[in-house]
Amino acid sequence: MALISFLAAAVQAGMPLLFATVGEIITEKSGNLNLGVEGLMLLGAVAGFQVGLITSNPFLAIIGALLAGAAGAFIFAFLTVTLRANQVVTGLSLTILGTGVASFTGQSLMGQVVPEGISKFFAAVNIPLLGSIPFIGPMLFQQSIFVYMGYLVAIAAGVYFYKTRLGLNLRVVGENPAAADASGINVTLYKYVHIIVGGALCALGGAYLSLVYIPSWQENVTSGRGWIAVALVIFSMWNPYKAMLSAIFFGGLDIVGFRIQKFDIAISQYMIDMLPYIATIVVLIAVSAKKSKENMAPQSLGEPYFREDR
Amino acid sequence: MLRIIKKPEPSKQQLVAIKITAVVLAFVASTVFILSLGHNPFSVYFSMLEGCFGSLYRFNETVVKTIPLAITSLGILVAFKMKFWNIGGEGQILMGAFLASFFALKFPDMPIGLLIPLMIAAGMVGGGIWALIPAFFKARLGTNETLFTLMMNYIALQWVTYLQYGPWKDPNALGFPKIPNFSSNAVLPSVFGIHAGWIICLLLIAGVYVFMKYSKKGFEISVIGESETTALYAGMNVKKITLIAIFMSGALCGLAGMIQASAVSNTLSIEVAGGVGYTAIIVAWLSGLSAPIILLVSFLFATLVQGGAYIQTAFQIPQSAAQILQGMILIFVLGSEFFSKYKIDIKKEKSNNNEDSARIA
Repeated sequence: MALISFLAAAVQAGMPLLFATVGEIITEKSGNLNLGVEGLMLLGAVAGFQVGLITSNPFLAIIGALLAGAAGAFIFAFLTVTLRANQVVTGLSLTILGTGVASFTGQSLMGQVVPEGISKFFAAVNIPLLGSIPFIGPMLFQQSIFVYMGYLVAIAAGVYFYKTRLGLNLRVVGENPAAADASGINVTLYKYVHIIVGGALCALGGAYLSLVYIPSWQENVTSGRGWIAVALVIFSMWNPYKAMLSAIFFGGLDIVGFRIQKFDIAISQYMIDMLPYIATIVVLIAVSAKKSKENMAPQSLGEPYFREDR
Repeated sequence: MLRIIKKPEPSKQQLVAIKITAVVLAFVASTVFILSLGHNPFSVYFSMLEGCFGSLYRFNETVVKTIPLAITSLGILVAFKMKFWNIGGEGQILMGAFLASFFALKFPDMPIGLLIPLMIAAGMVGGGIWALIPAFFKARLGTNETLFTLMMNYIALQWVTYLQYGPWKDPNALGFPKIPNFSSNAVLPSVFGIHAGWIICLLLIAGVYVFMKYSKKGFEISVIGESETTALYAGMNVKKITLIAIFMSGALCGLAGMIQASAVSNTLSIEVAGGVGYTAIIVAWLSGLSAPIILLVSFLFATLVQGGAYIQTAFQIPQSAAQILQGMILIFVLGSEFFSKYKIDIKKEKSNNNEDSARIA
């Protein structure tokens, strides 16, 4: 029983990571490395919370978060795609801006709690049939609607990448923009759309934190989860299905320290907190050692595309 | 049709003009922002300047904030010159500070003339090794260094957190999680009211400038950055040069960490780096990877941070407002770089063809 409740908690802790990871995968598939995830999550967290507090409407809160993320990502897209600014530097600047805006707007929200209408809406819901499967049911299917939305987003992204024409085009854009351009794909449009959608999803991960996981406002709600999401993208090898498993795994690592303390095991929480990053590095090395095309980063990742440079 | 075409190399004046336009635009945007908060923008700006230069003490504070930023940016510069995207400055600062602190805490009674050089060496080795790990895998297997160095930041941060809350915790701090203060032998002395880091910083600026411009290794680093194939063709040992350059890069960041731990916080703590590793990336980039300009840009950034802290008390504007300001300036300057590399050509398709045929004729 303790194990099941731990796993259910791991799913909840992994959800903000999942949204952000899928968002960043979508962004990176178009060949853009957006290191502004942390900033985008914070923007989403504060926008979702603020709108939720004013309107007490969960849908508007979600839309608010999505729009905030989309706006932030638009800045990134405009700078890196149209103005060809360096992606790493732009992403870092976006994090600075997002952190600033969130903590500035959040000043007046300090200590506020999510309105009842919203917290009720996001309370755990048992899915009939699925929820009564032993073991898996209580772990996966007795959760908040927000969590189900996370599953849905990840699966939808997977179907989109691997089963649709548009997804195939997207992968060409990320791997070889010149070839995509030559075959008549609008590279700029693809990059814009996917950076913006990806950014909106990152923001949704932030909104999950402030609206469901915490659910009240505190300074720096994300506390570095945006960076873990960047790591998770690699750990799950740019695959949204694997991202589901790895987000739950990393969510588990996030909470395991506090649970272990009860059992007097002499492992420091800070050592456990290192594990996600070490695991990511191991994956990074393994992927580069194998040199298999399939699990690698999109080939043009981080490089601006300029038609006249070909 | 709107076409974007590459400009020939722009002149120095043009580049400066573009950058200045961007900063002016950013200030216009910030002015609107401050107005929207209901403050007088000019008195806010004035008070920011006052916070930085209003007294000798405040000026010294601004310089103290410039030092780690400039040194770390120099480290980033060396790596970026060879297109090795070292974004692990933050971790390299922490590990440099860690190794330097190890000696500071272990040998508190060593004479200052020995201990400080030992700590400087330790800081450089600590940061250097932390950078060398990703560089090794990059050279061997082509592992992505951007993501690798990023992950190393977090491992370093957790490591120092572990020390601070665990084995190195000061037993005399009444349960407060902090590492004991260094003995006075481990504290970098002051020269003219500011800790000696400023002398190290100026020497390094000159040193890196000369190294990149006039030394063989510096030249090789630039060549590898321009084109690895050219470097290989010219018979350079790319792997070896990569490792040496990245060790240097990390060593500079580690030295910044040692200076912060020794002179500013007098101990090791998780705040030793405080985001400097990330800001330094931006500084290095905005400086166009030029050592002397890094000094200027670092100083401007330090002004923003110091001034931002000051307006918090003077106007009750939260410090995050300064962060927003910083973000806006960055975005404008980043966007402006486009106009130094490209120009937009508005032409009708037809006349374009005519021009082509005219050229052929």
